[in-house]
Amino acid sequence: MSDITFTGVTRVFQRDGREFPTLAGIDLTVADREFVAIVGPSGCGKTTCMRMAAGLEFPTEGTVAVGGRTVKAPGPERAVVFQQFALFPWKSVADNIDFGLKCKGMAQDERRGHVDRIIGVMGLQGYESAFPHQLSGGMQQRVAIARAYVLDPDVLLMDEPFGALDAQTRTVMQEELVRLARRNPRTVLFITHAVDEAVYLADRVVVMTRRPGTIREIVDVASVRGAEGWDRLERIEDVMDQDSFVHLRTHIWRLLREQQAPNDH
Amino acid sequence: MPRDFRTALPRREFLWLSAAGFAGFFGLWAMVAASGLVPERFLPSPWAVLSRFRELTSSPFVGHTIQQHLASSLGRYALGFGLAAAVGVPLGLAMGWYRWLDDVVTPLFEGVRFIAPIAWVPFAALWFGTGIGGPVLIIFMGAFPPALINAYRGAKFVEPRLIEAGRMLGASGARMIAQVLLPASVPSIVAGLRISAGLGWQSLVGAELIVASSGIGYLMVKGQSNISTTTVMCGMVAIGIVGYLIDVALRRVEARIQDGRGRSPQ
Repeated sequence: MSDITFTGVTRVFQRDGREFPTLAGIDLTVADREFVAIVGPSGCGKTTCMRMAAGLEFPTEGTVAVGGRTVKAPGPERAVVFQQFALFPWKSVADNIDFGLKCKGMAQDERRGHVDRIIGVMGLQGYESAFPHQLSGGMQQRVAIARAYVLDPDVLLMDEPFGALDAQTRTVMQEELVRLARRNPRTVLFITHAVDEAVYLADRVVVMTRRPGTIREIVDVASVRGAEGWDRLERIEDVMDQDSFVHLRTHIWRLLREQQAPNDH
Repeated sequence: MPRDFRTALPRREFLWLSAAGFAGFFGLWAMVAASGLVPERFLPSPWAVLSRFRELTSSPFVGHTIQQHLASSLGRYALGFGLAAAVGVPLGLAMGWYRWLDDVVTPLFEGVRFIAPIAWVPFAALWFGTGIGGPVLIIFMGAFPPALINAYRGAKFVEPRLIEAGRMLGASGARMIAQVLLPASVPSIVAGLRISAGLGWQSLVGAELIVASSGIGYLMVKGQSNISTTTVMCGMVAIGIVGYLIDVALRRVEARIQDGRGRSPQ
């Protein structure tokens, strides 16, 4: 069981002796193998939520637990895909992917098998010995996802992973992520500001208010997806063409629109 | 054509000007020496120094030719500089990762580094006499601080997301230092080693003036006691040339590393 639970989570930043609350009383449970996306206005603390689940930041009040255990440090069972990829520029594609397995102390033959397999899955064949700076943004993000997936993590934490990609590459990556998630479901916490992306990928979409962030509404997508048979559609544009999809998207848009600052046109 | 005073001159102009600098310096020197204002014993002419230099390359002075003196200096130098790099770089990186180590070492280091390398000479003489240990200790003291400080700074300024990525992937402290901090800090480390190399070379020759029985500094101090100003000046010329060559070599290494990373991402 690898559920993620936020219980009464509050986060306050201190700067120049002043306090800036970013999150106020978040209660949320991401069930085992559930895909939850968080959307919200800039600065609402959605990335902070992900970083707390990763163990890179900690709540000021309340607890964040994964699999029932309070998160105290980062670890490979909670793999992170960062917005800016964060690949090691001095390591080749294969070595970047291999790094986490090495840290686990896995034998070389075994590591090789895992690395080769994930390189195949992510369509990175032929780029094994390339360095990150020789790759496009989309390819770099594939490497970052491969580096997370190869660890076979219980929990996958993704912070606007497709935010830096062009629209076409993003679409390809979204379809690929859905395919991977169906083949091998994980508990996923996915941070984004793209509403389409959230509705397309997630089982539930958490809509946050502007700072200090609280949960405005949790939108159930999975039941609509099941009832409307989205999974039979191969392509993202076909899913996005469904009335049910448009309806959910518009609903979330309206919720976000409420959160615009009064002078923010 | 008008030009911003900060922009570098074209290469040809630069060569002209530096040639003019050398010519002016040697011209003035030759004129003063030829004028007879200063006794030749204290200010020999440039040609006298040059011919003494040639002589020193073939006939031994205090036991060795100038090449042999240089070789023995370079041997000690390599040892002292190598030790400084081998201790300073890993220690600096480790201090950049382990807060407690930083707290243990930094106050001590901040005190010790103000003892100039040359101030270690009496201590080195007491411990090692004229053996190899003395000069090696002194050059170590000269070369160690920049090696340590730059590795430490490099480690402190590694991009936080690379450190987060490493921690997320489960890297231990030793692996973080060797496989994340070290490669990420290479430019800073190399810049530090260049400074180390220069300071080390300067301190070594100072050390040899006192605690050695061969080497370029030893040659100079013996030249002084024989009142052979030409010999002393030959030593100075040799120090300058070798120091310059060491710096050029390290600058090449530095440039090559920067080039290799020039297209580095992010």
